[in-house]
Amino acid sequence: MRVLPFGRGAVLAEYDTIDEVMAVDSALRASNLDGLGECVPAARTVLVRYSGVDRRALDELLVPGAAVPRAEGPIVEIPVTYDGVDLEEVAAATGLSTEEVIETHAGTVYSAAFLGFTPGWAYLVGLPAALRLPRRSTPRTAITAGSVAIANEFTGVYPTVSPGGWHLLGHTDEAMFDVTRDKPALIMAGDRVRFVRT
Amino acid sequence: MIEIVNQGIGSTYQDLGRPGCTHLGVGRSGAADRPSHRLANRLVGNAETAATIETCGGLAIRVHDPAVVAVTGAQGVIDVRNGPPMGVNGVHQLPAGAEITLRAPAEGMRYYVGVRGGLDIEPVLGSRSFDTLAGLGPRLGTGDQVRVGPDPRTPLATDFAVRSPFRTLIHLSDGPRRDWFTAAAWEVLTTQAFVVSASGNRVGARLSGQVLERVAPRELLSEGMVEGAIEVPPDGQPIVMLADHPVTGGYPVIAVIEPDDIAHVAQARPGTSLRFRYTSG
Repeated sequence: MRVLPFGRGAVLAEYDTIDEVMAVDSALRASNLDGLGECVPAARTVLVRYSGVDRRALDELLVPGAAVPRAEGPIVEIPVTYDGVDLEEVAAATGLSTEEVIETHAGTVYSAAFLGFTPGWAYLVGLPAALRLPRRSTPRTAITAGSVAIANEFTGVYPTVSPGGWHLLGHTDEAMFDVTRDKPALIMAGDRVRFVRT
Repeated sequence: MIEIVNQGIGSTYQDLGRPGCTHLGVGRSGAADRPSHRLANRLVGNAETAATIETCGGLAIRVHDPAVVAVTGAQGVIDVRNGPPMGVNGVHQLPAGAEITLRAPAEGMRYYVGVRGGLDIEPVLGSRSFDTLAGLGPRLGTGDQVRVGPDPRTPLATDFAVRSPFRTLIHLSDGPRRDWFTAAAWEVLTTQAFVVSASGNRVGARLSGQVLERVAPRELLSEGMVEGAIEVPPDGQPIVMLADHPVTGGYPVIAVIEPDDIAHVAQARPGTSLRFRYTSG
């Protein structure tokens, strides 16, 4: 673990695994340390904003292990039509059949680690090792909203039309983000997610 | 009531943004030059949280009722029809039916139009700011009729504000990925001029100059971003994150602009030469 400077009122804590990130993020959220601002967890880092914080107390919070385990969130079911343009490429790259790719992806309960990139974009962890592929070498300029995709250790759903380099497996008609709902983001950090094949 | 007669260029409703929403993947947004937004509100006696209009010029507004208006930020000519002449950084009483048009700025990039009482727009996730990256918040368009909030019953303390000029010497401190860059890159960043390119927007100011070289080509997993972060894509040309920056970004951050200097970058016009000076943490 390393704590890196990030300008005047923030540090970036860097970890070896997403599990450490999630543990530290939970600990930060559970703490009521004075001066602690917004925290942004990501794949290997937690950005911590602060103002007039006790740095020693903060540094202690950033050590994984002193963490409070995150409570298991509710299960969100997302219906998916597995018709993604990258299905065959993913099958070829992983040595699975397209049917096995779909069964593997839909047969897993994922956990939402954090939200980022665009509103409502939840990074889901728990992707089986057999499906882990690096991002596409050339990102697409526009991916349709509702596209269900995988990259590295993550799976997720594009909430809006956006550029992106993930592998597209299918699509859902669910609105991932809607400000008129009480819960604008369909998936929140800590939620468990199951993709249901339609 | 005010009416947007012409939306002009890059015009948005803005306030101080929506902090506390990153857990939804939603960034802060808000006025790109916050000090000028605050000043516009203070001049007309509003709380600094009231909504203003941010515009790069061409905006035309008609007031349907008498209104107290101040324009801050960029410097430029304001044309008035059916009302007394007005200029930037002043407090002006406009009669019903007056129409003001902000010409393209002569200095700076973004004006802020404050109206006494504030603009009564429905907030989205607690803010009246339009986030251009996320497409979130109230959109401004020609023909909008916007209610003005109740008179704040505050005294008008002054009729004019004196502003210091925009600075081009910008202070910065260490970014988390400074060690991804060569010592020569750091030397270039802190001694050479960088020119503001025309392709910048509220998400980021794009700069061009000598290439900032990395020690080795590596891919970065996306990580949290802050306003003022200087991201460097593989082409070595830095981008300064402004108000609508994404919650996470995928390029290494070499340095971070000091909070007080961010507004000066947000106001730097294409073609402006900026220089950076390091202030250690």
